[in-house]
Amino acid sequence: MSPAEMEVAPNDGSYLIDGYEVVCGLEVHVELATATKLFSASANRFGDEPNTHIDPVTLGLPGALPVLNRRAVELAMRIGLALNCTVQPSTFHRKNYFYPDMPKAYQISQYDQPLNIDGWLELPGGKRIGIERAHLEEDTGKSTHVGGTGGRIHGSDHSLIDFNRAGVPLVEIVGRPDIASPDEAKQYVTELRQILVAIGASDAKMEEGSMRCDANVSVRKPGSPLGTRCEIKNVNSVRSLGRAIEYEARRQIALVEAGESIRQETRHWDESDGRTHTLRSKEDADDYRYFLEPDLVPLDPGAEWIEAVRAALPLLPRERRVRLSRATGAAADGEAVMVVVERGQDDYVLAVTESGADPARALVHVKEAYAEQGARPSVPVLDLARMITMEVSGTLTSTQAKIVLAELVANGGGDAEAIATAKGFEALDTSALEAIVDDAIAAQPAAWAKYCAGEEKAMGALVGAIMKASKGKADGRIVTALLQSRRG
Amino acid sequence: MVSFPSSAFDIAEAVRSGSVKAAAILEDHLGRIAEREADIHAFNLVTADAARVIAARVDDVVAAGHDPGPLAGVPIALKDNMCTRGVPTTCSSRILEGWKPPYDATVVSRLAELGAVFVGKTNLDEFAMGSSTENSAFGVTLNPRDTSRVAGGSSGGSAAAVAAAFAPVSLGSDTGGSIRQPAALCGVVGVKPTYGTVSRYGLVAFASSLDQIGPFSVDVRDSALILESISGHDPLDSTSIPQGPLDLLSVLDQDVKGMRIGRITDMPEGADPDVLGRLEAAFDALRAAGATIVDVELPTLKYGITAYYLIAPAEASSNLARYDGVRYGRRVDSVDTNSMYMATRAAGFGDEVKRRIMLGTYALSAGYYDAYYGKALKVRRLISDDFARAYGKADVLLTPTSPIPAFNVGEKADDPLAMYLCDVYTIPTNLAGHPAMSVPFGDSRDGLPIGVQVMASTLGERPMFKVAAALERHMVATGGRS
Repeated sequence: MSPAEMEVAPNDGSYLIDGYEVVCGLEVHVELATATKLFSASANRFGDEPNTHIDPVTLGLPGALPVLNRRAVELAMRIGLALNCTVQPSTFHRKNYFYPDMPKAYQISQYDQPLNIDGWLELPGGKRIGIERAHLEEDTGKSTHVGGTGGRIHGSDHSLIDFNRAGVPLVEIVGRPDIASPDEAKQYVTELRQILVAIGASDAKMEEGSMRCDANVSVRKPGSPLGTRCEIKNVNSVRSLGRAIEYEARRQIALVEAGESIRQETRHWDESDGRTHTLRSKEDADDYRYFLEPDLVPLDPGAEWIEAVRAALPLLPRERRVRLSRATGAAADGEAVMVVVERGQDDYVLAVTESGADPARALVHVKEAYAEQGARPSVPVLDLARMITMEVSGTLTSTQAKIVLAELVANGGGDAEAIATAKGFEALDTSALEAIVDDAIAAQPAAWAKYCAGEEKAMGALVGAIMKASKGKADGRIVTALLQSRRG
Repeated sequence: MVSFPSSAFDIAEAVRSGSVKAAAILEDHLGRIAEREADIHAFNLVTADAARVIAARVDDVVAAGHDPGPLAGVPIALKDNMCTRGVPTTCSSRILEGWKPPYDATVVSRLAELGAVFVGKTNLDEFAMGSSTENSAFGVTLNPRDTSRVAGGSSGGSAAAVAAAFAPVSLGSDTGGSIRQPAALCGVVGVKPTYGTVSRYGLVAFASSLDQIGPFSVDVRDSALILESISGHDPLDSTSIPQGPLDLLSVLDQDVKGMRIGRITDMPEGADPDVLGRLEAAFDALRAAGATIVDVELPTLKYGITAYYLIAPAEASSNLARYDGVRYGRRVDSVDTNSMYMATRAAGFGDEVKRRIMLGTYALSAGYYDAYYGKALKVRRLISDDFARAYGKADVLLTPTSPIPAFNVGEKADDPLAMYLCDVYTIPTNLAGHPAMSVPFGDSRDGLPIGVQVMASTLGERPMFKVAAALERHMVATGGRS
């Protein structure tokens, strides 16, 4: 598609570099979490001894033929449906190019009839990034170039090839160029990763290569036609993605400002120097000579299978954030909700809430104390609920609550009351607290006068003195209430 | 001298009953191989020792009172483009020299389970590209009926092996006529089944959408027996039709009364008068047997060769890109990796293979795809449509198999276009995915065998075999004189 025809989501103008808009589209490859490869029965496993998960099909031996993995199709459909795509009858093509780690000298991929088309991904803030397609294809083997510099093939002494990865099922998710800032790109990938993990399609680890991201970047003045784009490869973390896009945008802007033109090319992100470097120009691009893969038949999942996959989809992260937001009153795109859903601890928070604990406190405690806990925290729901009830009733101050919770987390649960007692956290009785409050007022008449005159900040000095006198056992909310009632 | 049964059917019956030893049958055939193979060169490799082991095992099974299967002790020759575990599989190409596949093709394991005895791997045009077996890197196969002439191709070795009684049956592969044309030239039966009937797993690919494995035999019944044995769904081949084995032996005795035999009125011209004469004789024979001859038109048939020589090379260019000297086969070392790839392919492939790789690469290239490969696909569809109309009127169609009988060695070797025309009658069937077979139907005035091609629609093997058997009965009844 030529740049002029491409539709781009409206840019809200909130991110500009020197008056230029950034236009970015991401192509994300994810390895599917199947037991076996896309076209053979060899295991799909990362990190094993090289060349142990191979067979005639994986090695592209003469005479071997591919057989499509049904599970891979199902996971690919999950991805499509989770990204609001239309799942359609599709075909496989051969993408012909020669590379030592691709044993057939062609990759079986989907070309003009991909499995999933026309969807979108909604960022936490509500902006939708279009998805052009999400198609199935096979991964290549992995080359290790020994000797020479920088792990590149050129100048190396020899190369080692591991075919364990060859034939591993991939889904390539091609996003539309609707991304307008490095931050949106990071949000997109983070959200996509969460979706993939939630639906069980992939473990989506960028660091291990089970999720790989290429960024197409161009720049333009608002209202101008699209600029020439460059494709950035070798981005291995969400953080690098943001850096690479920003670097590339600035590089292109500098060229435009200097009156030079941008060459359409593929560029390599170098993490060590924080720059992108030319990998190959458009003129050097392969002619892939696509044609229909004659060894496979068309893939038409049919309405019944598609609907069964759709019906079995779990709640997606966005839906879970809304659910948690409704239950706790916290913002759906606020930090606490985002973090807890990302960790998969939202079901736990809801369970604590359902056992009668204050929802807002449950959310905050889980967010702050459960960073090391996975989707199934070790503290029993009722133990946390009991602790929160003590806190809300004033039996524990918020400081004491944190200490008790840390103990619960360290022990994998326990009786909050017993812990509080063991720590000496009996709450002050009301008469004792009232005496301390009255002492503080008497000791600081100036502050009291200001507070009575409506200067709320003056309360701070009084509360501080009360806390000190109570050795931290006073509950801040009760202290405030007492001060307010004495002011009248 | 002891007389052995000669057909696969009779051999299996005798071996199963214990009246003849599989070992004796094998030695009988190995004896003929020893006698004439040097003059014919049907084989790239004769696996006599391995065959003796299998034959002895078959005899042990019989001695123990068990049944080794419907192909017990039947010697079979395999075209050398079918993978055989631990046994060299060369495709008659230098580039695969030394390669021993780590697995058996599905057809090989099926035949083995039924008690067959593999005698060797037969010669072919390199990667099945050719019509004379002259494109083999290991030398030409000669026609057992006249050793100054070619055996046809590309499955020339498998056709010659049966014609010379080196084996009662053999397997070939047919992409554009590579079973039927050599069968016609050598005077044996050769069958290209419906695409998807026989598993391609383990068949080294030439043009994947056209390749199909099929049998050679002396008589129609043996081809039916072998095709029943190797057909049926294979989960390892996604293009394999999900159905059981074909049922063919049961139709051979049925008469053809009332069947509609199609005569193509606008058939591509250029066939030898003797060939056309035998085709007429075949129509007469079937008419006499009670069939009706109907005229059909197939106006797009003449574009078949053009479409084929774009589609087949296009697929071949992709299928053959993997031969780089790295993982298997021959390697020609050079100063660096890229030069090694080039030196390996330059030395490893013969001229015809290189020609087709270049043709195919060009046909698929950006900017040329629509004009060549894309247009060829449209022609392929039109030919299928034409056939569909024809099969609305006729149960089977009859044509010559080859426009000419066996030609002299070297006669067409330097003229690829003349060679391509040998497949004018066989290619359209492959493009449509239909079955077709060649049945010997008399000789030319020079005493060279002539084959008649019986074609049918998708999965029309039963009517096709019925007609082939009728033609064969006619030949037996008349002693081949009319």
